[in-house]
Amino acid sequence: MFDTVKVAGLALIAVLAALAADWARDAAYMLHALIVMGIASGLLLWKLRTMPPPGDPAPPRVVPTGYMDGPIRYGVIATLFWGVVGLLAGTFIAFQLAFPVLNFEWGQPFTNFGRLRPLHTSAVIFAFGGNALIATSFYVVQRTCGARLWGGRAAWFVFWGYNLFIVLAATGYLLGATQSKEYAEPEWYVDIWLTLVWLVYLAVFLGTILNRRERHIYVANWFFLAFIVTVAMLHVVNNLSVPVSIWGSKSVQVFSGVQDAMTQWWYGHNAVGFFLTAGFLGMMYYFVPKQAGRPVYSYKLSIIHFWALIFLYIWAGPHHLHYTALPDWASTLGMVFSIILWMPSWGGMINGLMTLQGAWDKIRTDPIIRMFVGSLAFYGMSTFEGPMMSIRAVNSLSHYTDWTIGHVHSGALGWNGLITFGALYFLVPRLWGRDRMHSVAAINTHFWLATVGIVLYAASMWVSGIMEGLMWREVDQNGFLVNSFADTVDAKFPMYVVRALGGVLYLSGALVMSWNIWMTIRAPGAHPVTVATPAE
Amino acid sequence: MDTYSLLRHLADSWVLLVLTLIFLGVILWAFRPGSRRLHDDAAEIPFRHDTPEEETRHDR
Repeated sequence: MFDTVKVAGLALIAVLAALAADWARDAAYMLHALIVMGIASGLLLWKLRTMPPPGDPAPPRVVPTGYMDGPIRYGVIATLFWGVVGLLAGTFIAFQLAFPVLNFEWGQPFTNFGRLRPLHTSAVIFAFGGNALIATSFYVVQRTCGARLWGGRAAWFVFWGYNLFIVLAATGYLLGATQSKEYAEPEWYVDIWLTLVWLVYLAVFLGTILNRRERHIYVANWFFLAFIVTVAMLHVVNNLSVPVSIWGSKSVQVFSGVQDAMTQWWYGHNAVGFFLTAGFLGMMYYFVPKQAGRPVYSYKLSIIHFWALIFLYIWAGPHHLHYTALPDWASTLGMVFSIILWMPSWGGMINGLMTLQGAWDKIRTDPIIRMFVGSLAFYGMSTFEGPMMSIRAVNSLSHYTDWTIGHVHSGALGWNGLITFGALYFLVPRLWGRDRMHSVAAINTHFWLATVGIVLYAASMWVSGIMEGLMWREVDQNGFLVNSFADTVDAKFPMYVVRALGGVLYLSGALVMSWNIWMTIRAPGAHPVTVATPAE
Repeated sequence: MDTYSLLRHLADSWVLLVLTLIFLGVILWAFRPGSRRLHDDAAEIPFRHDTPEEETRHDR
């Protein structure tokens, strides 16, 4: 009976998607309708071939036991895949900025910088970072609750649904569907789909926590939960829009003017605070103690870290809107809260680093620990730089320059990237039943490629950004501006080349990791395991 | 009074006070007497459930 309903539902979706593709008003919507039609028809065929014939006795239900690691294994591979795609796109657009001829005439308008740039940011933040967060949160919540993922196959829906969101978003950008909100570019129907997937993610995560065999909810889960709940709230509010037609991708925002700008940066900064910080801190509070083999330095400090971060971060957004139509009191509020945020951020960094107390030698001997330490160092550096840049006087120099880009990348490549790589190196041997990674030397190589890449990137963007800011404000004795915009573009050329080379190094590190993980998984004797064995 | 002024007034008086008190309360609660044993226990959680078979229940 239930199978019949499923088959009918899938058939209905496929037919509606076919209609939508026919009536589509733009290319992105048509392609997306065709993708949905393809998926629904594929699932329909698969269902028809696997369901028992009507009248047969229902097969006995097998109650699965143990931890559910299937979606985590897929998530690890997806993280790796999207990471390489996103870094490749980023390196390519870095070269496009240095050599505009790379905006090939034959590829217009699909491969110009304007369309590839959101593809890069979404691929690294949402595809690479998001898959890493979903996979690690599923791994951590099971191991810290002693409970299997709640909701049966719902975890699979979260994995596939989230990756469908990424495919829809990425193809949409290339075909020109965007609502022009930074980090929230996907159009209305993609937003609705993500909301649905996200609510199921929340249900799976919360359900597992409710089934826990520990009295206390481990702090990593607090961070993951804050990440899931807050991202849901931010996503829904910032994407309030009215579609022009249900057969087209274009939509109109509900807010306008400065309200829209404030909503956007309330979203934008908290995407940094809760997606790229809280979620990844969840990883930090599990993987760093596990890899170091000792509990977190101070559990009390982790609790204070959590509440201070949650209470403060949400107010920091207006610092993106200094010297705009936003009232001064609002941007001052954002600035003050950004500066206070320095304290919990450094508290958390110290907590992570001091976990190695008594095991400092591991930085020398264990390249995974070295990645975690590097990651925490960049977390500390970018959470110092960020509050400083939010001060109005500093911002008047730094805003709209490459300094901002450099800051974002020291956080994203340093903190988010390195901690994800460390977590993947931790997870792969455990998920595929190996003693260790195929090559420990390659992890070391990856660490150095990544670190030197970040240093080249951040240093060139500091020079470029400060130079740009100084050139823009330079006036002669009569008060006329000395430089035109094109002068600054010309002056930045060497820094742009260095930045792109930094990207090449970071990307090659990721390729070394892909090879290492591939060899670990493919090695003879490797087998997917449901039971992870401790490293000791 | 229009909605903006009402919300603005509420935000910088009672809501500010309540949120500040909740925040301070949470911090003080972490330092309550007897919390050290619980926190030391909680910090060990990641080392207890590597295999799902472990049926040892902790306080629950």
